Amino acid sequence: MASARRRLLLTLALATLALALCGLVVGSEGWSFGALTDPALRQVVWDIRAPRTAGAWLTGLLLGLSGAIAQGLFRNPLAEPYLLGSSAGAGLAVVIVLAAGHAGGQAFQLLGADALLRLGLVGAAFVGALGGVSLTLLLARGAQRSTTGLLLAGVVVGFVLGAMADLVTMAAPEALRGKQVFMLGTTGFLGWTSCGALALGALLTLPPAWRFARALDALALGEDSARSLGLPLPQVRMLMVVLLALATGTAVAQAGLVAFVGLVSPHLVRSRVQAPHRFTLMASAATGGVLLLAGDVLARSVIAPEELPVGVLTAVLGGSYLMWLLHRRGAR
Amino acid sequence: MTRHGASLLQAHGVSAVLGGTEVLHEVSLALPSDQWTAIIGPNGAGKSTLLRVLAGLLPCAAGDVQLMDQPLLRWRTRERAQRLAWMSQQGESAGELSVRDVVHLGRLPHLGLLGTPAAEDEAIVQQAMRQTECAAWSERRMDTLSGGERQRVLLARALAVRAPVLLLDEPTTHLDPPHQVALVRLLQRLAHDEGLCVVSVLHDLSLALQADRVIVMAAGRVRADGPCSEAHVRQAISDVFQGAVRIERIGPQDQWVAVPQLPRE
Repeated sequence: MASARRRLLLTLALATLALALCGLVVGSEGWSFGALTDPALRQVVWDIRAPRTAGAWLTGLLLGLSGAIAQGLFRNPLAEPYLLGSSAGAGLAVVIVLAAGHAGGQAFQLLGADALLRLGLVGAAFVGALGGVSLTLLLARGAQRSTTGLLLAGVVVGFVLGAMADLVTMAAPEALRGKQVFMLGTTGFLGWTSCGALALGALLTLPPAWRFARALDALALGEDSARSLGLPLPQVRMLMVVLLALATGTAVAQAGLVAFVGLVSPHLVRSRVQAPHRFTLMASAATGGVLLLAGDVLARSVIAPEELPVGVLTAVLGGSYLMWLLHRRGAR
Repeated sequence: MTRHGASLLQAHGVSAVLGGTEVLHEVSLALPSDQWTAIIGPNGAGKSTLLRVLAGLLPCAAGDVQLMDQPLLRWRTRERAQRLAWMSQQGESAGELSVRDVVHLGRLPHLGLLGTPAAEDEAIVQQAMRQTECAAWSERRMDTLSGGERQRVLLARALAVRAPVLLLDEPTTHLDPPHQVALVRLLQRLAHDEGLCVVSVLHDLSLALQADRVIVMAAGRVRADGPCSEAHVRQAISDVFQGAVRIERIGPQDQWVAVPQLPRE
């Protein structure tokens, strides 16, 4: 059993290194290994490809972690990071900023403001994601009562905020294109500043998730059993929701709604090893990183010099693997 | 340490409400150390509800529960968990966890979320697994086990708490006869040799009659309380099961057994 875990970690480490290297050598011109030694291209590698690659890895890491937390907290293999209203909240906030940006049109351009708009979008997505989760908590009256109540509140908030975003888009159709980019997820805008924010998100969420992972083990036995073991359930639920919101909010703010990484990463880990949540959380994070690195490399190279939205690729990659996994289980 | 035969858990006029319906009515009882108590009664009698109230998992609508002479809810959650172990009627899947992981959770009340198991904890876990005969497959995933095997793991988890009070909700339901007998022996040993206060809800009447004390429940009330050797307890059993069982003594050890009364065609 321990050897299976070691094998998985080794595979993930090697895949991360290999894909990171691919991320540095693939660009709009296709694959060029000379880029690493070519002084003329060094700037491109350092300023564009390296932060994009690191950012994709960190985004995947956060999504993989939050997917594993969500599935552990809700004791449901279909749970995913966006369940508690974070995606709908971020989506609404982004649409509002885009609509306001277009309404402010001229003034915005005078201010030079692609960068300003981008900064506004990132900030709005982060605030929107946390706002969506806060609204869910408010509706569920905190994390005191039941996990099912929390889940239902998240679904309701998702629908309501999603509908509001649609209304804003109807009123300001110019925001539609930007909204689409956000909804499909993209690693194209990730720079060193994004990496800093993502690394901070990872630093704030990974260590506490590791420390408190046993709470999810206890929850796997059912809420009554967890309480009988002395687990302070409301506090544990709140901590997990905060970690989930922080990890998802940070990832969504930088890369939009990248699909499937959060849902599929814990499944990939569980299909390979059995382990307590302490291992599953960390390995899911690492798997998420690998998945998004692969998605990013493919997004850049499949139809170069054009790019595919990375969220589409992660959905295709992750979804196909999950389908194969289900098929294999069904065949047994 | 607890005084020999001291009352560890007491319920005073306890009532409980589920979904707006009162399912326990003014139940009072005192549960001492060194004793195995079996709670029996027909479906819906309030047995599991009583156990959940005693474990502090369901609030009392009226009355109160005292653990070691202190109101149950006044104990800190972890301190209460160290003194009172509870095993659920139907554990959830705990799918990806191994048997060992689950039994280790029994040490959570002592270690807390941030503690690291010491050699002593590992020894306790091993002993609990040996007691319920699940040490041989300690690395198996929970979702690969049969109902009876899962039940033995959950029992080991409860034993690993090493609490002076052990509350078990239908611990024998999925067990085969040899393991049912082994469990009865284990519960007797825990009560008599280790001085625990063992309380179990049981559906198998013949197993329940081996307990030191039988609490007979019906419609949320205690109908009789005492050893099976007392006539009023046997009469109450016959009454609450509407004459569907007869209590008899059989075998060289004069054991009490419940014999189903099949109506003549």
